[in-house]
Parts: sequence; structure tokens; C-alpha cells
Amino acid sequence: MSLTPEQRSRITLVTGVIGADTHIVGNRILSMALEKEGFKIVTLGALTPSEDFIKAAIETAADAILVSSLYGQGELDCRGFRDMCIEAGLEDIVLYVGGNLVVGKQSWDEVEKRFTDMGFDRAFPPGTRVPGVVEALDADLGAKAGIVAA
Amino acid sequence: MTQNAALLIDFGSTYTKLRAVDLAAGIILGSGQGPSTVTSDVNIGLDAALADLEARLGGLPDFKHRLASSSAAGGLAMVTVGLVKELTAEAARLAALGAGAKLIGAHAYKLTDKDAAGIVAGAPDILLLAGGTDGGNEETIRWNAEKLAVAGLGCPVVVAGNRVCADDVAKTLADVGVDVRIAGNVMPEFNVLDVEPARAAIRDVFIERIVHAKGIDRAATRFDAVLMPTPAAVMDGAKLLANGAAGYGEGLGPLIVIDVGGATTDVHSIADGKPVASGVLQYGLPEPHAKRTVEGDLGMRHNAHTIVEAAGPDVIRTAADIDTADFERILAAIANDPERLPETEAERKLDIVLAESAVHRAMQRHAGRIEIKQSVTGPVTVQYGKDLTEIATVIGTGGVLAHSEDPERILRAALFEDAAPESLRPKHPRLLIDNEYALYAIGLLAGVAPDGAMKLAQNVLHHDDTETPNKDTQHGQPPAA
Repeated sequence: MSLTPEQRSRITLVTGVIGADTHIVGNRILSMALEKEGFKIVTLGALTPSEDFIKAAIETAADAILVSSLYGQGELDCRGFRDMCIEAGLEDIVLYVGGNLVVGKQSWDEVEKRFTDMGFDRAFPPGTRVPGVVEALDADLGAKAGIVAA
Repeated sequence: MTQNAALLIDFGSTYTKLRAVDLAAGIILGSGQGPSTVTSDVNIGLDAALADLEARLGGLPDFKHRLASSSAAGGLAMVTVGLVKELTAEAARLAALGAGAKLIGAHAYKLTDKDAAGIVAGAPDILLLAGGTDGGNEETIRWNAEKLAVAGLGCPVVVAGNRVCADDVAKTLADVGVDVRIAGNVMPEFNVLDVEPARAAIRDVFIERIVHAKGIDRAATRFDAVLMPTPAAVMDGAKLLANGAAGYGEGLGPLIVIDVGGATTDVHSIADGKPVASGVLQYGLPEPHAKRTVEGDLGMRHNAHTIVEAAGPDVIRTAADIDTADFERILAAIANDPERLPETEAERKLDIVLAESAVHRAMQRHAGRIEIKQSVTGPVTVQYGKDLTEIATVIGTGGVLAHSEDPERILRAALFEDAAPESLRPKHPRLLIDNEYALYAIGLLAGVAPDGAMKLAQNVLHHDDTETPNKDTQHGQPPAA
């Protein structure tokens, strides 16, 4: 069930491109599109260290962190991300990751599992469109943010 | 005698200082000085200073304005509390410093009972409570208000955090009898700084409460108002100089003021500090347009020993070109006599080197820096803090500069160094010296007589037109390098 823009305005998302990655365009388009759908977006931009995602999420009481990685180093950059969130008191925060997460031809199922094992709630393959992300956010956060009955 | 005169009073920690200003001509008519007697009866020092001024002027004019600033009785002692250290906690710190405070504590995240007890024991004059962006985290600021209330905090509190819960937070404190004011959030949106509302609230509390608490209002019939802490007056003077006053002349544009004092070295920059080079990414918290930093370990007298320790005793002594016996003797003498003026040639030389070292370090800490980060697409230049390389004016103030025969030499220690290009200090500014210690007076006048204040500024700031070279080519490496 999808949320209304008014309901989404009570949900705060932190977005950014992790690590030494400068590929900002896709992340920016996603951020603008999600904002247009009604979500409150905190954009960190390119070259963002993992701890900056967490600091921003604490201060803004964010409901989810959306991590982009386009340069193939995502697996290294995202290692321990969930643990850092737990350490910072963000046990329940929703974590998504998306982009070109690994180098070379690998089966998506394996890649997805690797990231969900790391503590990400969802991983998105290259070519994901905005409506798919919105649908996932509505489903995961509607209940969690107390907007619709669980 | 002029009909358009103003009296500007600085209730300092050691002296009560006066400046009588002719607002029409924009000149200092005379100065007076008396001891600081805030801890006993503020009137005694003020009487002595007025008598001194009267003797120099041959009578006192009928002052149109009588305004004061104060740094007496420990200055405006503040504690700041925020959430994330680099975010709202830093924003709160910047706001308090910009309001002219002396920070005696800066806290982040949730306070423990012990933290709160320590804050209460430190007896700050004002506490600034921040935390959470608007609509963001509420838990921590609520928790911290609770802890402070339980610990029995007695001082006024300015709440400048998440506006969604500001009323509740204020109520928690008001319920235990705390004087609480709500100001706009120091960080309303993530990484957006808005320190002015908090600064204004701090200033209101200062005028309404602190002036009385410090006993300065015992002399209340003798002046119109104590407007602000003295460092805030210096900052207001710097702002007027930079921005000008509508209808009363253009300002000098972005500038830096370096105030070398006995206990601290303050640096004020009035500049946005955006990257000068193209393609530079700005990182971290944006800094306020009017930014003040205070270096508590860099002072010419109380903290001369920490200047020496930081640079290394041999470096300082060699740069001053004095022998070991003199060096030890002078350091011992000045530590015990904060207002001591240099008497011998050796003392003068050491003072210059200490001041250079303090200016060098204070400017390095205040200025932004660049770092080269490696990305897959090649190196990227990232800037933290303000780029001050193209600042056109640097103003020096404080006793050591006013008394020195070569104040420009001291100020040149603030300049850009080819050997440290990552530190974004001014490259080729004009160097001005506030010989008359007039910046606080200019700041106090800025609100009531901006035209007179501007004229005064133009008349009293001296500069050397002949050269503004990079100090590397002039005096070799500074001792603190």
C-alpha cells in the first residue's frame, strides 16, 4: 500500500555516495525524485565517509539511510555499516544500498545476499527505477514510522 | 567643547578603560584608565578612569551617548550543549563564541549525571542548549534538559535546538525555576547554520541578567547601557568596518581582526570563505559569516608559557636572540604580572616573538584548509572551513601591537606560507593596526551612531602603505612553524 505525500513528509531519508566515489549524478537524481514524491531528504553528496551518514542520521532522526556506490568498491566501503549504526544507537534504522556494487560479472542474488548479510535491509541492482525504490520505502517505513498500522 | 561626544567604557578584567569620541569629526578626544573594581564596587574604578580622562581633556563634555562593554569578572562564561559533536554541538559552540562568550565547557550527545553536576559546579553565566535539526532528534535535548534540571542548574538557559520540542524543553527547565529563553535552532536543517537568533538571545540575557549579576549595574546611573561583552563589541566593530553602514560610506569588504591579549588570542573573520579556486568541494559544517575563534593557550602574559611550550623554548629564544638567563628571567616576570609592559630591549624582542608565534598559530587554527583526496576519477581538492587567501584587510589589535615599534612584523605571522599551502591564510592583505584600541568603541557606536563610528574607524586605523610582502621573504620562518 502506498503512502500519501503528506504521510511521506514525516519520513526523513539520508542519501549520499559512499567512500572515494565521485559519481554524484544518479544519487542526485534519486534524491530529487524522492523529494518530489514527498519524502524529507538530507543529501550528503559525493565522497561521503560512512561515519558522516551516521552523524547526519542521528541529528536529523532519520528513518532510513540510502547508500549509493557506483565504482565497484561498495563492498569494502559498506563493511561494518550496520554495526556502526548499532554502536551509534540507530539499531532500528532502515538501510538501503544501490548502484554498481561489485566489480565484474557476478550473480545479483549472490551480491544481494552479501549486502543483506552485512545488515542492509535491501540492495538494489543497477538499472533500478525510482518507483521501485518508492514502493520499497512505503512498505518498509509506513509501519516503522508509525504512519500506517503495522 | 564638542556637543556631539560619546563616552565608551570597557569594564575589563584588569582596567576600566574609557574612550571619549567626537562623533562629528570621528576622532578620539581622549582616553582614561582606572583599575578594574568590579569585584568590589565598580564605581571606584570608573571614577578613577573618569578623573584621568577629565585631567587629560581639561573637563568632561556633556556626553550624548555613554555606552559600555564588559569582560570583567571572568567575562561571559558559557557552557554549550549539543547532539553530534561536529554538527549541533559545533554550531552551538560557534554561536556562543560569536556572542563574545568565554567557553568553559562544550558538550555533545547525552549528558551523564556527572557531566550535569560538573556544569552546575562550573557556575556558567549562561548555558546554550542545542540538539537536533528542526523535526529531527528530540530524545537527546529532552534528556539533557532533564539532567540539567535535576542537577539544579541555576543560570539562564538559551534553548536553540529542535523547534518541535523547544517548548517542552523550556518547560522542563522553567519548572525548576530556570530563566529560559527560546531562540531559533542553531542548525534548523542538516548542515545549515543559523547562529544569529541564538547570539541575539545570549545578548539579551547578558543585558538583562549578567550585567546585574556581575555588579556592573551599581554604576547604572553613569552610563546608558552595558550593551555586550567586549569581544562582541570588537566583532561588531569588525562587522561595521567590513560591511559599512548604509548611507555612511562603504565598508572595507571581507576582513580579519586579530586581537592579541594577555590571556587569549582572538581571531574574527568577516567573510563567507567560499573556495577561491574552481572545482573545490566544500566539506563539513559551513562556518558563520562572522566567525570568532578564541585560543585560550595563546596569551602574551597569563599564557606566555604555553606559547613557549607549543613552539619549543629554544625556537622562541633563538628567534628573539636573547640569552638563556634573560629568557628565563623575563618569562618568570611576565607570568606573574599580566599588565607588565616591556622595559628592556630583551623584553621587547621576546614580546615580538611571542606575539608572532601566537598570531601564527591562532590564524592557522582559524583559517580553513584544503586536502587532496584520491578518488577513482583522480585527485579531488576538498576544503574544510574558510578560504581566507584573498582577504584584502587584516587588522591587528591588543596591547602588544599598539605598543610595538614594528606591529606589521607581528601581523605578518598571520599570512599564507608557501611551505604550508594547505592552510588558507591571507596571501597579500593590507595590514592595519588599531593603535588606539578603538575597535570596541567602534563596535559600541555601530548601533547608535554608525556615521561617527565609520569616521572614527577611518581615522584611527593606521597602516603601512609601503609593503605587504609574504613574511617568508622577510623574516624567515616564524618561530611557531
